[in-house]
Amino acid sequence: MIELNDVHKSFGKVEVLKGITASVAKGEVVCIVGPSGSGKSTILRCINGLESYDRGEISVEGLKVDRDATSIVNIRTQVSMVFQRFNLFPHRNALENVIEGPLYVKKESRAAALERGRALLAQVGLAEKADAHPPQLSGGQQQRVAIARALAMQPKAILFDEPTSALDPELVGDVLGVMRKLADDGMTMVVVTHEMGFARDVADRVLFIDGGVIVEQGPAKALLNQPQHPRTQDFLRRVLHPL
Amino acid sequence: MKGFWRDAVEFFPILLNGVALTIIVTVGSLLLSTVLGLLWAMMRVSGIKALSMLSASLINVIRGIPIIVLLFYLYFVMPDLGVTLSALQAAILGLGIAYSAYQAENFRAGIEAIDKGQIEAAQSIGMGWWLTMRRVVLPQAVRIVLPPYGNVMIMMLKDSSQASTITVAELALQGKLIASSTFKNTSVFTLVALMYLTMSIPLILLVRHFEKRAGKR
Repeated sequence: MIELNDVHKSFGKVEVLKGITASVAKGEVVCIVGPSGSGKSTILRCINGLESYDRGEISVEGLKVDRDATSIVNIRTQVSMVFQRFNLFPHRNALENVIEGPLYVKKESRAAALERGRALLAQVGLAEKADAHPPQLSGGQQQRVAIARALAMQPKAILFDEPTSALDPELVGDVLGVMRKLADDGMTMVVVTHEMGFARDVADRVLFIDGGVIVEQGPAKALLNQPQHPRTQDFLRRVLHPL
Repeated sequence: MKGFWRDAVEFFPILLNGVALTIIVTVGSLLLSTVLGLLWAMMRVSGIKALSMLSASLINVIRGIPIIVLLFYLYFVMPDLGVTLSALQAAILGLGIAYSAYQAENFRAGIEAIDKGQIEAAQSIGMGWWLTMRRVVLPQAVRIVLPPYGNVMIMMLKDSSQASTITVAELALQGKLIASSTFKNTSVFTLVALMYLTMSIPLILLVRHFEKRAGKR
């Protein structure tokens, strides 16, 4: 469903992606792990055209991702994104955040958008917070509203860019719980994360990225329990046993 | 003091005619400068190089010309080019254009103060440039822009007196006319100053209200 073929990307003179080739099948949950600055987030941002890429090709359901083409809107409505810093619209309440896309991008009727918006807020456990504005919500609640906002577009896949990295530790579980349910329901997900437990339990496949290349990839449990490459082993040791 | 009150009662109604024109010039040029300023600001942040450069040069040209010269140009030079404006039209147009440059820079600062993540979130749900502006950026920028906008309103109220140089009989010119025919300079100009102040104070309070509201978020 999502195909990356030899994708290169530089910021100025720094090459952050040095030929990424990967694919994500329908219904698959793929976690991307790796050290900071390895290019994990950049991959996600290239997939929905928030960032351009220099070489290679990315396609979503056969449609080439080109952020300068009008088709990018089409791709973005099919591939939603959840951000590390939530990026909710602070001037609108939770429900308005969720229905913004359906109402103004997909031009759905207000009644239909509201009905699904309420259902989605209930799905992420925030039915009673529909009228709250983002500053009145905790980080975990904001991120769950952001997930509902992404779901409201009825996307074929959702990209998660370190969705729990900005959360207090005790709020991480709520967000991961919602994501796990989505995975169980068959949503196609690409998740950049440092939550190795989530990756092991929920992901079908894990990509380990370092220095702009895929160092190792494979089934989640196998890769995380018995990493083959020394860099993967080193990274996992540091993440799992920091002391 | 008693003389002042007597003069005040006598001149107040005449000066009120001036106040009416002052308000018309201020409101007219405020609206024009807002529309033009918004246009320049949008061109500036459009991401289209030609538009952005055109807007930047326009703003610099406007900023580099004194208001009074702009007014003279519109009122005295335009007729030579076949465009005759009434003094009031020239005043509103001149002040509106002059202030559009400051409005534009203010609006641009407000737009650029919005977190990049907001724009990315809008894009990620498929919003295009204009929809992102209208639904996400501008509503948030308004809050940032309002306090300086209020200050511009106060400055425009006072600068509307420059319209007197092209014969618009607004408050300052009315005062000058009365003063030069009655020689009661003290009474007349004290009264004129008080009337400007009376109009400014509500605006000053409004700015303070905007600032408090902007600080809340």
